[in-house]
Amino acid sequence: MATGAGTQTIEEIEPFEAAEEIEGGDVVLIDTREPHEFQDAHLENGKLVPPGLLADEIGGAAPDKSARTILYCRSGNRSAIAAAQLQELGYEDVASMAGGILAWQEQGLPVVSTSGMTAEQRDRYSRHTLLPEVGVDGQLKLLNAKVLLLGAGGLGAPTALYLAAAGVGTLGLVDDDVVDASNLQRQVIHNTERIGMPKTESARLFIEALNPDVNVVEHRGRLDAGNILEIIGDYDIVVDGADNFPTRYLLNDASVRLRKPVVSASILGFDGQISTFVPFEGPCYRCLYPTPPPAELAPSCSANGVLGVMAGTMGTLQANEVIKLVLGAGEPLVGRLLLYEALGTTFTELKVRRDPECPICGENAEEIPESEMGRFPDYDLFCAGAGGDR
Amino acid sequence: MATVRIPPVLRPKTDGKPEVEAAGGNVGEVLRNLTESYPDTQAQLFGEDGDLNRYVNVYLNDEDVRVLDGLDTAVKDGDTVVILPAMAGGAS
Repeated sequence: MATGAGTQTIEEIEPFEAAEEIEGGDVVLIDTREPHEFQDAHLENGKLVPPGLLADEIGGAAPDKSARTILYCRSGNRSAIAAAQLQELGYEDVASMAGGILAWQEQGLPVVSTSGMTAEQRDRYSRHTLLPEVGVDGQLKLLNAKVLLLGAGGLGAPTALYLAAAGVGTLGLVDDDVVDASNLQRQVIHNTERIGMPKTESARLFIEALNPDVNVVEHRGRLDAGNILEIIGDYDIVVDGADNFPTRYLLNDASVRLRKPVVSASILGFDGQISTFVPFEGPCYRCLYPTPPPAELAPSCSANGVLGVMAGTMGTLQANEVIKLVLGAGEPLVGRLLLYEALGTTFTELKVRRDPECPICGENAEEIPESEMGRFPDYDLFCAGAGGDR
Repeated sequence: MATVRIPPVLRPKTDGKPEVEAAGGNVGEVLRNLTESYPDTQAQLFGEDGDLNRYVNVYLNDEDVRVLDGLDTAVKDGDTVVILPAMAGGAS
């Protein structure tokens, strides 16, 4: 189709035709709008040449006057005028895209923004990007972050929910359990229909429905000394919601060796505790708890019960810590242990110091030879034996 | 008198109380007075050698007594002594 603009006849093409040509290559794509429009959303490889600067800037953007040159704007008017001007300047093979980027997007064709976010993402995360502490740069950090959740249960469920909503780009989930009806009082990402399904799969379905930006990686199984370095090595931050001491000590020792920050929380009854362990910047889990308690002082939630909303409170506090670590904003709970008691609604903060004698991150820890790295003690024995006769 | 905060796992030994008042000029005296009032807490707090069990953290207000003077750390009226064992609940 052709339309008149001034005395010139210019070629107009539909978005799908433009898309085919662009995919075929050898096309110069010119965006004839203003910079703020371009920043919001533009076609991939589109070069910005605002209408008022056309004569000055087109030579830089499209130096070859014989090359196929497609112009677009918001709705097709400005690009038609610009196409006519280019023809007057001697460009030989110019087309204007009918309907502009609006028509392009209506047909479901992709756009990008100079910020690295799509228009859909700019909308989805607008309440984040409005915050100076987050902004577009911070949201991009979240979209590029890789966070591993140890446990897709009481703590992992609310943590995963908010990290997925926040647009954390990769969420790994480690869990070997299946959804049980008794989980649903607190594990809010699972549901009645998914009873019997592996928790990692149920979590993935929930997260994918909430936010398609999130890539969910299922690690269906348990962390052990043989797989932990490989699994956590791929992630920036680990969130510890493990239900047992052997896994907590194993994770600590491995994360210190790989220098991965760990956001660690635990819940029981109406009580929760949370801290953030950043290796060599603050204490590690062993500095706080050098030895695990004996079994009678280490009851589990299944044996003792837990208020469902407690898991939500502590899990969302974990998500908050993760987001601060990713953004580099605020003051994470490094060297601080926060206790929450739900019946009295009280928060208590305790100081946690690095232990110079810590076998994992203490003064002598740097001397552990490379060959010993990744060799872990038998944590089940270590935990079972601790607190016995001493 | 100091206020001693009792962790959930010890509350069955203190008639369910989350906080107990106990007298004493230092942390050790406060804890021993606690064990006299609630004898079942003794074995959980102290080993046979009379030292605190290693898996029990004790804080005076917000500071770990390990970096203060341990059980000899002086306690004033109105201070809070926090007893804190590790907890592992989370996923299951």
